[in-house]
Formats: sequence, C-alpha cells, structure tokens
Amino acid sequence: MIDNLYLAWQYVRFNRAKYWTLVACITLVAFLPIALELLLDESEKQLLSRAVTTPLVIGAKGSSLDLVMNSLYFGDEVPEIITMGAAQDVAETSLALPIPVYVRFRARGHPIVGTTVDYFDFRGLDVADGRMIAVLGDCVLGATAAQRLGVGVGDGVVSSPETVFDLAGVYPLRMNIVGVLERTHTSDDLGIFVDLKTAWIMQGLVHGHQDLTTVEDQQLILTEEEGNVVGSPKVFEFTEITQENLDSFHFHGDEAAAPITAVIAVPVDEKSGTILRGRYLTPEAVHQIIVPKEVIDGLLTNIFRIKNVLDAVILVVGLATVLAMILVFALSLRLRRREIDTIFRIGCGRATITRLLAAEIGIIVVSSAVLIGALAAAVARYDHALVRMLFIR
Amino acid sequence: MISVRGLEFKYEGGEFHLTMPEFGVERGEKVAVIGPSGSGKTTLLNLLAGILSPVAGTITVAGTEVSALGDTERRDFRITTIGFVFQDFELLDYLTVTDNILLPYRITSALALDRDVRARATALAGEMGISDLVQRHPSELSQGEKQRAAICRALLPRPRLILADEATGNLDPVNKTHILDLLFRSVDHHEATLLAVTHDHELLDRFDRVADFKDFHAWGDA
Repeated sequence: MIDNLYLAWQYVRFNRAKYWTLVACITLVAFLPIALELLLDESEKQLLSRAVTTPLVIGAKGSSLDLVMNSLYFGDEVPEIITMGAAQDVAETSLALPIPVYVRFRARGHPIVGTTVDYFDFRGLDVADGRMIAVLGDCVLGATAAQRLGVGVGDGVVSSPETVFDLAGVYPLRMNIVGVLERTHTSDDLGIFVDLKTAWIMQGLVHGHQDLTTVEDQQLILTEEEGNVVGSPKVFEFTEITQENLDSFHFHGDEAAAPITAVIAVPVDEKSGTILRGRYLTPEAVHQIIVPKEVIDGLLTNIFRIKNVLDAVILVVGLATVLAMILVFALSLRLRRREIDTIFRIGCGRATITRLLAAEIGIIVVSSAVLIGALAAAVARYDHALVRMLFIR
Repeated sequence: MISVRGLEFKYEGGEFHLTMPEFGVERGEKVAVIGPSGSGKTTLLNLLAGILSPVAGTITVAGTEVSALGDTERRDFRITTIGFVFQDFELLDYLTVTDNILLPYRITSALALDRDVRARATALAGEMGISDLVQRHPSELSQGEKQRAAICRALLPRPRLILADEATGNLDPVNKTHILDLLFRSVDHHEATLLAVTHDHELLDRFDRVADFKDFHAWGDA
C-alpha cells in the first residue's frame, strides 16, 4: 500500500496543475454549502439573540429593517432621523422606559453610539477597565473596538468626518476613553459609547468656543446687543473637550428637537407594551413602533428562502463537478493507457493498477478534505465578523 | 531456457493465427527474432511472458510451464523471471530514473524492495553510465539514456530471460551499437538469456542465432 501511495504521490506531484485544479474544484463545491450553513447558523444566533432581548423600538416611519439594523446592530445604514421629543413622549406615558439612541457617526469604522446611562443597565454592560461615561467628551469602548483600535483607558479616539469633503460640516471630535466594556459577543463589543450630548457636539448642535465676553480681539465679535454677543467665523471652536473648556460647551435651541435615530422602549410589563404599541398604530402617528424579533424573523425567513434556492444551485453545480471529474479521470485513463499497459506487461496485476488509481483519487480527495476542514475552521473562527460584514455591515 | 512445442495461438475474433511446432533457446543464448511487421514477433514475446495464453501447445521458460500457470502465478513468474525492454523505452514520465528502475519492486509483492536492491540499482545505473542522471525525469534524458534506464529496470530483478522488443528501433546508429553492446554485456554479466525482436539486419551478426518468422506458420495480421 505504501508503494501504491508513493507512486500515486509522485504522479500527482508531477501533474501539479491537474492535481490543484481537481482539488480546487472539489474544495469549492464542498466548502460553499458548509460555509453557507455555518454563516447562516451564526447569523441566526447573532440576529435573534439581540432581537429577543430588545422589546420595542420606536423610529421614523419607513424601513423597519433599517431601523432595527441601526439601533440594535449599529449598521451603517442610518434611518430617518427623529427627535428627542419621541423619547419624551414615551416617558410621559409611563408605560415604558425610553432609551434614546443616536447611531450616526463613526470613528475609524466603529459606530459611535450616543445614548444615556439607561442603555448600559438595559443591556447589562459593565466596564472591564476604567469607568462609565460621566462628562461631555467621555467615551467607553466595546471590547472588540478597543482591541481593533489598539487603544485603552486614557487614550483618545477621534470621530471621522461623514464625508471626505465635509469641509463646512461636522468637525472631528477627540473623545477621551474612560472605560472599556466587558466582552458580550454582541454588537456592543464594536461600539464606541458616548453621552447623547457628545454625539450632538459632533453634529455642531452643542459646541464650545472662546469666551466672547472676555476676548480682547474685537474682530471676533460681529455684534453685541443687550448682553447677546454674536461671534464672527474667526472664533475658535474647541475640537477636544477638556476640564478647562468643559464649561464653555452649550446647547443651542430646544433639546426636544435634538436628533436621535431611535428610541428603545422597555415596557413596564406586557400589558403596557401592548398599550404603547396601540398608540403608534393610528394613522396620525408620526413614528412607527416595531418588535425587533418580528422584523428579524421576517429577515431570516427571506434569508433561508434564498438559502434553499442556493442549496439547489449548489447541488446542481456539485453534480456537474462530479460528472466533470469522472470525465477527467476517464480521459486521463485513456491518455495513460500505454503506461498502464507497460506496467501490466512488466508484471503488475490489475488489482494493483486499480489500487494505484484509487490512491491518486484518494490523495486528491484527502487534500480537498484537509483544505475544506481548514477553510471551515477559519469560517467558524471568524464567523462573528463575517456575519457582521455580510449580513449587517 | 525456452521450449515451445505444438504452439497454436489466435486472437479472439481476429484472423491472425500462429502455429509454431517447435522452438527452443538455450540458456545464455542471444537470439534475434526477425520477420515482417505484423508477422507475430511481439505476440511470441507476449506468449513467452505469459501475457497471452496459447490455444494449444506448451510453453516452458526456465523450467516452468508458463501456459499452465494461473493469472497471479504468471504475473509473479513474469516479474521475477523475465525482463522486458521496449522499443519506446516505456519509462513513466512522472518518476525519476531511480524510481523507474525500482518500479518492478513497487508494483508487486513478489519482489521486496530493500537496501540491497537499492544498492544494486545504483550499481546498475553506474554500469550503464547514467549514475549522474538518476534524479532526473525521462523528459530530461536523450533517447539513448532512456533506453539505458529501461535496460536497468529490466535487469534489476535479476531475470533469467530478457525479452527485447525492437529495443534499438528508436535509436540512431551510434546509440544502436552502444546500447546493444551494453545489453549484451549485461546479459553476459547477469548470466541471462536474450531473445530480441529486431528489424536491424546489420546487427544480426552479433547474435548467436537468428530465428526467422518465415520458418513458422503464421497468417493474418498480428
């Protein structure tokens, strides 16, 4: 048997191109359904586990899927903006605890989640290192975000401009990292959490600048009437919040009109949740209220429907590959007829010739199996990130 | 060494028919077999090697009645008693020269591949003047070098009978003489018997005897 394997190995080694082509064919055809199965299992686990623990989400009317993806998984598709008034409306009903979230900005690819401290209690998030956010400019990082950005407590992270050419828009803000959260294996691991007001600073709704009542340079002041000072564009706006300039940050306008992307509503009890949902079902309702699990169930139903079609396609492709391989082996046997005849004339039995050919096929199949195993292990190792990349983004 | 009596052979469904009332080769003899193409020279070699079975008659090689052996015994007999040298060398292109020489030992359990065999293979390659080519593949060798490697493969199991099927047919005149010299020297050195099918009439003088197929009764096209 060793001699058969040796000769078969010499054959596949000599015919490398043919060998790798066959191995690649088998590997791809077999790996595709395995990878699909692994990724769909993981996506179902990831999406559902998060959805079932979030009772209700209130947001702008429109795509409920975008709303869920943004507010639960911090997907980069930003839904229609609503205002803080939506959260205040929920609070006034006393039927549920409103947790506003504003997921619009990013820092080096990671979502900046503007929210309140209630969010951390609701999700059961604790800091593994440092402390929770306390003042403007503070941020706590999810475990994966801290790891990928290579930062920790005491470091800073700067928000990214929304577009490269956003010259007149949002200025990057340097946030102070005061804590890193414990790993939860959810989307929270990827987030950079800040107070809502810090998120509004990034949008320019809350800002801090030189004290215009004490400046000596009169070019910084446009007009001054009855204690109201209007500054010129020359006034220096702070891009980092420090202990020295913290007090200079202030909000312009009504906080109820400040933007958020969604409100997570945590009903007092089941009945309160039902009543609250009823209030958003009227035609006059400006916002929609959704049950994330229902949205994710719908999404998964569609994904699995597509998977069934893909399974059928893969089956047909697999069958075609098997037939093509049979053809390749048959043609190869024909081409090697003279070689087979020679070793038969020397004294080789037909059983040995069969074993030789079987060993060649065996080497190809085993090589493919090893490759499939390695690829499947890699998918299993990185399935969390892959699911995020493929299904959430 | 070879004794053929009352041999009759025909291919199934074919017209070719070979009748050989009596044919013999003594031990150590070098016999050339000549005859027109399709007269059955290769068929005779295949009958002697037990690859083909006669319809009637007996074939005895080195004291063994080949025609009476079963399939497995005939294969084992062939690989241990007979060495084949082919016109087109028939080396396996994916094996090195060394592995080609050792091939008989890798395709049967009737021969055991050990250190002694490897040493003999190296010595044989030296005798044939290809010791510096043993790690090359056949595609890297000249025609003459390929035939030397093929002769090494045929001689390694120490066969008592060498069957050469137009072994010099694909070689240029210089290589023809040189390869035949090597083959004869090796046959003598290993005390083997040589039965060589050839079309090269200028080489016939070098053989002990010539067997002409016109002396046998053959018709049809082999």
